[in-house]
Amino acid sequence: MSLFEYDFMIRALIGALVIGLAAPALGIYLVQRRLSLIGDGIGHVALTGVGVGLLLHHSPVISAVIVSAAGAVGIELIRQRGRTSGDLALALLFYGGIAGGVVLVGLSDDSSNANLMQYLFGSLITTSPQDLVVIVVLGLAVLLAMTAFRPALFAVCNDEEYARVSGLPVRTLNILMAVTTAVTVTIAMRTVGLLLVSALMVVPVAAAQQVTRGFRSTMALAMVIGLGAAGAGVAVSAEIDTAPGATTVLLALGAFVAISLGGGVARALRSRAHQPREVEPPDVVLQS
Amino acid sequence: MSVVDVRHLAVGYDGREILHDVSLAVPVGEVVAILGANGSGKSTLIRTILGLVPIARGDIDLFGTPQKRFRDWARVGYVPQRLGAGSGVPATVGEVVASGRLARRGIFRPPGAVDKAAVRAALTKVGLLDRIGDPVATLSGGQQQRTLIARALAGGPDLLVLDEPTAGVDAASQEAFAAALGEFAAGGGTILLVAHELGPLRPLIDRAVVVHEGRIAHEGIPPEPAGHHALPGHDHVHPHATPEQDKICVSPTDRITARS
Repeated sequence: MSLFEYDFMIRALIGALVIGLAAPALGIYLVQRRLSLIGDGIGHVALTGVGVGLLLHHSPVISAVIVSAAGAVGIELIRQRGRTSGDLALALLFYGGIAGGVVLVGLSDDSSNANLMQYLFGSLITTSPQDLVVIVVLGLAVLLAMTAFRPALFAVCNDEEYARVSGLPVRTLNILMAVTTAVTVTIAMRTVGLLLVSALMVVPVAAAQQVTRGFRSTMALAMVIGLGAAGAGVAVSAEIDTAPGATTVLLALGAFVAISLGGGVARALRSRAHQPREVEPPDVVLQS
Repeated sequence: MSVVDVRHLAVGYDGREILHDVSLAVPVGEVVAILGANGSGKSTLIRTILGLVPIARGDIDLFGTPQKRFRDWARVGYVPQRLGAGSGVPATVGEVVASGRLARRGIFRPPGAVDKAAVRAALTKVGLLDRIGDPVATLSGGQQQRTLIARALAGGPDLLVLDEPTAGVDAASQEAFAAALGEFAAGGGTILLVAHELGPLRPLIDRAVVVHEGRIAHEGIPPEPAGHHALPGHDHVHPHATPEQDKICVSPTDRITARS
C-alpha cells in the first residue's frame, strides 16, 4: 500500500494499534462498573489540557495527560463521597473542561478551526515522533497495569464491598483506574479524537460480550476487536480520505452488529436443536 | 478469646442513630444467628463489624485486634446478600470464586496452582464444581448464593459472616448451603449470620440474638417457629425476596378478563 510509505502514516498506524489494544483493556472495567460514559467526560476535560499545552508551546499530549488525570482523580473522589451530588458535579466539570479548552485553543497562536477539529475528531497527520514515543510508552503502561492487576480490578468492579472486606486497597485501585482512564483518553486523542475516545473503550467490549462466557475471554476478544478496528480504521480512512476516529468507531460498531447477529443466530440454532422454546403468555388478555 | 467482640457499639447514618449500645461477643467455633425484622439494624450490625459502616461510638475487636488496626482480612469470609447486579460483562463462576483468594494472596502475585486448587475445593463443597466455566448470570438465585459462599470459603477463613444467606433461595440450594456451613462449623470455624428465618440452618445455630429497634432484645437458643410459621409445608414468602420483574407495565390480568 503506497500510503504506508509515508512516515506519518506508519506513526499513525502504530499509535492506533497501541490504543486499539489498551482502550478495551481498560474499558471492560468501566463497562463492568456502569461507567461507560466516563471516558467521554474525561475527554472533555482533556481539551483544557490541550489548550494549556498549545498556549504554553508545550506538547499538548503531556499537558492533556496532567489536566485530565487531575480531572479523573477529582471525579473519583466525588464518586467515593456519595452519588447524590456527584452527577451535577460531573456535568460542571465536563462542560467547564470543553469550554475552557475551546477558549484556550482560541487564545493560542495556532488557533485555527482545523487545529481544534484535529483534537476533537482525530487526524492521521498530527502524530509527531515525540508524540508517538509518549503514546507507545503510556499505552504499554496502561496495558500492563490492566492485565497485571486484573484479578484485583475485577474484584473491585464486580463487588466493591466484598473487595473492601477482603482488605484490598480499594481506594488506591480506583485512583489507579481513574488515572489510567485519563492517560488512555489523552493518548487516543491523536487518532480517534477526544469526542470518540470513549467508543473505543466501550464498543469492543460490548461486541465481545455478546459471545463470551467469562471476564478474561471478554477482555481478550475485546482487545482483538479493538486492535482490528483501529488498524483497519487507519488504513480505510487513508484510502478513502475520511476521519480516522470516526472510521475506526464505525468499524467497531460494525463488529458489534455482526457479532450480535451471529451470536443470536448461533444461540437460536442451538436452542432449537435442544428443545422448543416455550412462549410466555401475554400479561394482558383483551377479550371482545 | 472472642473472634468478634463488640462493646457498647452505636452506629448512625446522617445523624439518625440505628444501633444503640450493642454488645456482642462471639467465641471461637460458635455459630450465632442475628435475627430481627426489616429495619431492626441487624444488617447494619454485621456491616459495621466488617468495617463497611463507620463506628459512631464503642469498640469492635476482631480476633483480639481492634478493627481499625485489623489487617488479617483473609481470616474473614464475607457472604453478601446477593451477587452484585450484573452489568452485562460476563464472568464465570470460577472467576467470581477466584476473587476469594485475593485476601490471602495479595494483589501483586498472580494466581498459582494453590489458588486454582482452593477454588475447585470451595466449589466442590457447595456442589457447583460442574458449573465452574459457566457465566454466573445463567445460574439460579440459589446457585448464585452458593457461588458467593464458595468465594468466601476459597480464602480459607476462620470466621464466616453471612448477610441473609437464604433469602429467596430454593429448597435444594438451602440444603446444599446448610451442608457447606455445617462442614465449616464442624471444622472449628466460627459463623455469624443475619437471617430473617432460619429454615434448614436451624440445627446449626448455637445461639440466636434478636435485634429490635437497634438494641439486642433477646439472646439464647434459637426460638421455635410459632403460629402459622410452624405449620408443615408453610412456604414463607417475603415480598422483597424475589426481584421485581423488569416490565414497563404489569396489568391486573384477572380483573381485565373478569370485567368483559
